[in-house]
Amino acid sequence: MSTVSAPAPELDETPPTAGQPGALKAPIVLGVVTMLVALLAAFKARSGDATFRIAADTDFFEVPELVVPSTATLASVVVLLAVGTAASALLVNRGRRTPLWLIGLFAVVAVFGFLAWAAAGETIPVIGLLGGSIALAVPLVFGALGGVLGERAGVVNIAIDGQLLFGAFAAAIFGTVIGSPWGGLVAAMCAGALVALVLGFFAISYFVDQVIVGVVLNVLVIGITSFLFGQLLSEHPESLNSPEQFSRLPIPVLGDIPVIGPVLFRQTILVYLMYGAVALTAFALYRTRWGLRVRAVGEHPKAADTVGIKVNRTRYTTLLLAGAIVGVGGATYTLVSVSQFGEEMTGGAGYIALAAVIFGRWDPVRATLAALLFGFATNLSGVLSVIGAPVPSQFMLMLPYVVTIIAVAGLVGHSRAPAADGVPYRKG
Amino acid sequence: MTGDDPLSKRREPDDEHPIVEAPGAAEVAPSHLPGEDDDLTPDEDVSVAAAAATPQSPFAGALRQIATGSTMVSLLSIVLAVVVGSIMILATDEDVRDSMGYIGSRPGDFFFYVREAITGAYGALFRGSVWNGEGTDFETRIRPLTETLKFSGPLILAGLGVGLAFRAGLFNIGGRGQMLLAGAAAGWVAISVDAPAAIHLPLAILAGAAAGALWAGLAGLLKARTGAHEVIVTIMLNYVGYYLVFYALSKQGWLQAPGSANPKSEAMPESAVLPNLLGDRFNLHWGFVGALVAVAFTWWLLNKSAMGFRFRAVGENPEAARASGINVGATYVYVMLIAGALVGLAGVNQVLGTAPSGVTVDLDAGIGFDAITVALLGRSRPLGILAAGLLFGALKAGSFTMSVSEGIPVEIVLVIQSLIVLFIAAPPLVRAIFRLPKEATA
Repeated sequence: MSTVSAPAPELDETPPTAGQPGALKAPIVLGVVTMLVALLAAFKARSGDATFRIAADTDFFEVPELVVPSTATLASVVVLLAVGTAASALLVNRGRRTPLWLIGLFAVVAVFGFLAWAAAGETIPVIGLLGGSIALAVPLVFGALGGVLGERAGVVNIAIDGQLLFGAFAAAIFGTVIGSPWGGLVAAMCAGALVALVLGFFAISYFVDQVIVGVVLNVLVIGITSFLFGQLLSEHPESLNSPEQFSRLPIPVLGDIPVIGPVLFRQTILVYLMYGAVALTAFALYRTRWGLRVRAVGEHPKAADTVGIKVNRTRYTTLLLAGAIVGVGGATYTLVSVSQFGEEMTGGAGYIALAAVIFGRWDPVRATLAALLFGFATNLSGVLSVIGAPVPSQFMLMLPYVVTIIAVAGLVGHSRAPAADGVPYRKG
Repeated sequence: MTGDDPLSKRREPDDEHPIVEAPGAAEVAPSHLPGEDDDLTPDEDVSVAAAAATPQSPFAGALRQIATGSTMVSLLSIVLAVVVGSIMILATDEDVRDSMGYIGSRPGDFFFYVREAITGAYGALFRGSVWNGEGTDFETRIRPLTETLKFSGPLILAGLGVGLAFRAGLFNIGGRGQMLLAGAAAGWVAISVDAPAAIHLPLAILAGAAAGALWAGLAGLLKARTGAHEVIVTIMLNYVGYYLVFYALSKQGWLQAPGSANPKSEAMPESAVLPNLLGDRFNLHWGFVGALVAVAFTWWLLNKSAMGFRFRAVGENPEAARASGINVGATYVYVMLIAGALVGLAGVNQVLGTAPSGVTVDLDAGIGFDAITVALLGRSRPLGILAAGLLFGALKAGSFTMSVSEGIPVEIVLVIQSLIVLFIAAPPLVRAIFRLPKEATA
């Protein structure tokens, strides 16, 4: 604890620029990861071959299995990681920042090395691993997109979890009553927007602290859905809680491409909606007049107001749209993953989506990548426990959260939120 | 509720509850009570004392403040939340819905069932939380009140931890992880150390508090050192803590009961269990007294100590605090350490008091998140948190009776709790609904 009495570094004012201590974090984090993998290679090396199965039976042509010797692969991975760390340190030393692609490449190599170690003598179903990651990430991606939109307009949305849960709940009920998953999907969007409306009502109209409204709304939605589940849904499961499911919808031609096809294009309609939503959100936010207004309202509401943009109305509409997007993610739970609603079935995924928003620096594409990363880590723990990897499942399940902490503290600790994020706007 | 808390009558614009009409308070007529217009005075006691001591029309001013001030808003918020909760109970009641179908021909039926459902629900709530009129002897009748106190203890402790962090401008959502780590640490000391109760119990409690402090302090340290947002870090630490404790509970030689395959530890030895407060016929144990001591300590810390002053200064305005020579980063670490110790004591309370049959991953029982609503309802004031903790403890105790005797899911309490906090956070909304005058300054 002796470190705490030292003067704290300047926290909020200055994002790190070239040559400043902030930029040092990337090589430090990379170095720590390299060291951990090296320790793994030195003390816990496992003999045998790791097999990566990358073929699916629908491919145009057969892709051979990739078989690598576990020990040698891990050793060469350590060397590669050390080179990456050195490159990062060199760049920082020259006053430049570590580029994102280097960090990404580093992560891919590190994961490959880890897999080669963990799967010694076993087979990793690469298609299943990646495809499952995308399926798991769907609610996170929709949640993160909604979060990005809301925060870009200046409203912190902690209620993503509540929106997901309420969306799942509405999709289950209306999907059953209407008898079509599309009905459930629309209901989920309305449910997400409804939670957003309440959030906006308190946060925009009544200036209540947005973080608090969000947290409380999550509790409220858990309470309402669990209460109604106990009172109604569990009593009449056939008439209220057995929604028709979206089935897998392989895209012809695209779905037959090796590796990419089964991973990306043999999914449900909601996954394709997700691709569209990410592209559309990114385009709308950066390339349209509407997006400019949203960002203006989030960065400098007063200036936006001065040029005639209706600040609070823009915030409301953006928030409602964001809520509807999150609602689609919620629908995934009851229309794709599980065939009925269960109490607190989101399991805090909204908080992970929130982490993805911050991890992704309030950018729709980066936030989507972060959400995919979380989906991958979760699915990886499942796959590894199936093949019996020598890592306790608790530690694998812990991984996404540890990675988030490292990322938030180490890599993006100084990332800048929209300037007016969380600040209610009062005219005058 | 908060009525017996003199501090809660004061409204202060603070970070959590930006009070929109605060500028209006400055327009108080000069003839007004001196204590009323100094909303920004840090020391509440002075202003309340001044209000009481003032010679001119002490009652008129006090009444006006009660009618329009935050106490009234708090009470009305509770009323509103209960009304919404009642509507939910009625809307899902089979008899009420059936009689609704023929309300035109026999409206009497409908109102009969409405009355039945409401009196049944709240009668059960009261029976389960305060006084059981159906009991045969005094001990059975008063037992619900002791259950309320038992449930209040950890809510107050964890609420203090969250509230203390609030006062320094930090949002501690990590109650769950802190409680789990603390419970596991206390359980580990209780199981693995063999000592007389006079040493064993304090040692286990200390270990728990220390574990909670470290887990929260980690978030404070990361915030101070790297600027990592404490909301994200504490949420993530909840999951990390959960899996850590899960792992320890599923590993022989760590915390798992010998020879067992379940993720659960063995029962706590007698010498490390908090003794019952009122004899063995009641479940209430000394944890509640510990909670009261913690309230007193936190009140002293916040209002009388130099460190508490730094906490509040940083919470009001970190830039100003930094400019006046306060080490903001160190303050973040200290406040999270103390807050984590308080939340940790709630975990200790569960393991060594309420459920000494063994450590499990569910030992937090949702208290870590309930604590947030407790702290918000108590407006982050120690005495307010005491009152809020008692209220929520009563709701919790009563909800079980409601569930057993009326078949109403216990989650109705979550709905009521969160609505109370929502309404309390928006005083203008509550005033508008009840058509109260806008300001105490009319």
